[in-house]
Amino acid sequence: MRRRWLGVYAVAYLLFLYAPILLLPLFAFNASTIIAFPLQGFTTEWFVDLTTVSALHDAVKNSLLIALVTAVLSTVLGICAARAGARYSFPAKSPIMGFIMVPLVLPEIIVGVSLLVLLIQILGVSLSSLTVILGHVLICTPFSVSILNTSFQSLDPALEEAAVDLGETPWSSFRLIVLPLVTPGLISSFLIAFTISFDEFIIAFFLSGVEPTLPVYIWGQLRFPQQLPVIMALGTILVGFSILLLTVAEIFRRRGLARAGALDQGGFL
Amino acid sequence: MGWHPRAMGASRPARLNTEAQHGLLLIAPPLIYALLLLAAPLGIILVISFWSQSGLTIDRTPTLENYREAFTDPLYRQLLVRSIWVAGLVTFVTVVLAFPIAYFVSFHVAPSRKALWLFLITIPFWTSYLIRVFLWKVILGFNGVLNSSLQAMGFIEEPLTFILYNVNAVVITLAHAYAPFAILPIYVALERIDKSLIEAAMDLGETAASAFLRVTLPLAMPGVVAATLIVFIPTIGDYVTPRLVGGPGGLLIANMIQTQFLRLNNMPMGATLAIVAMVSVALIALAFVWLNRRYLKSAKR
Repeated sequence: MRRRWLGVYAVAYLLFLYAPILLLPLFAFNASTIIAFPLQGFTTEWFVDLTTVSALHDAVKNSLLIALVTAVLSTVLGICAARAGARYSFPAKSPIMGFIMVPLVLPEIIVGVSLLVLLIQILGVSLSSLTVILGHVLICTPFSVSILNTSFQSLDPALEEAAVDLGETPWSSFRLIVLPLVTPGLISSFLIAFTISFDEFIIAFFLSGVEPTLPVYIWGQLRFPQQLPVIMALGTILVGFSILLLTVAEIFRRRGLARAGALDQGGFL
Repeated sequence: MGWHPRAMGASRPARLNTEAQHGLLLIAPPLIYALLLLAAPLGIILVISFWSQSGLTIDRTPTLENYREAFTDPLYRQLLVRSIWVAGLVTFVTVVLAFPIAYFVSFHVAPSRKALWLFLITIPFWTSYLIRVFLWKVILGFNGVLNSSLQAMGFIEEPLTFILYNVNAVVITLAHAYAPFAILPIYVALERIDKSLIEAAMDLGETAASAFLRVTLPLAMPGVVAATLIVFIPTIGDYVTPRLVGGPGGLLIANMIQTQFLRLNNMPMGATLAIVAMVSVALIALAFVWLNRRYLKSAKR
């Protein structure tokens, strides 16, 4: 009995979680400039409009570039931290590891304003996509570390030792043994960091200057009611795109766990 | 933990030394990055919060004037108190709604399907944050989805107005945004519970409810605490949700910090408000952890 009520609750909760996403395509294909029920009929006009806005295209390019660089850098930093954490013991290990994870719980506005002050006030750098990347790498690295931790910690160190005993150098054994085993984790970390950066608004708003990212562009458009249907169309594409990326990331994460023979603890966080 | 066996070889100090070197060398890039772009900027914010600004010039003589203003100006005080109240409310609502889900997935979902459930729960969290928040405005609005469907079904005559452009809307939207952050830590804690302990409690005469209260809940507490902190702390820094759905009465301290930095161009005051907000949140979080320790101690007796 209790089980059934919990099941009903779980479904209702999923509905609550998915409500905004489910509404999005409804309004994206709705032939009315007002975002409200009742729906007025089917149109693809808003999707066609998307192809004509050059400011949007620039924002998409900026965001793609930023997300790509961020994903690479935070995965590389994540490899360093996860490998160091899994393989070596060194002084002040847990405070250092904890410190690297701090951006995970720090309010994003704090990261945004403190970087803004450092860059503008102290270093005198002008804001650009590069400054957004600096901020995004900071907040994406903890996610990469936690995904890669699972990969590196489930590695059997005996495999690597065996390779070294059989005449491989530490680097070649890392490349031949460790890297293939953690590749699914790497891909998963790359995709998650990409998704976070591509969608991040709060930090980008402070640090993007005159090169708006996609979310900063969307924020600007939300003020204009006549732009909203186009934004709904854009959102529909973005949601589809993120679901695709996340599904691929999840497949690789599971494959990585299966390859390492570990139990699935579920989730990215 | 999956440490390398050599790490345990305390009898070989020379070995340990090169191992420590390797480890430090490897951890250096992420550590230096975090020191330069996290610790240093936070330090600078702290220093700037003691400066003052008149017009366009920044006076670098240290002063407590900003802090005095932050605590005495009724506007700042109101925003800070409201932000902490909203963050607390959001946290409470999110964690209370999340617990049964975590419990359901951990105790009632077949092991082979748990990963799928967790995946389903996390997907909405990763999809366009701004548009999600905006859609809550569409759902909760005067002619919104909720009101028009409730009216169509005949539950209400007039549209409900208490759900948009106020604190309630902020709470609903943030509870939605932070849901997976609350569910996952609780789920992990529940998964770690040895289920035979609960059976033992039932065998020894506890009812299902009292076994839940005396065994499951105390053992799940670390997850609840983690969920509480991971929702409470970042909530204070959100300015998008209050701006889009909060209306004039739902603005929070983060909106003021943003305004000070980007509109009013008063960096010292913005820095002060950021520090005050962060320290208040940290103190409340510490107090919460301390209270929870006491609760767990009394539960053990």
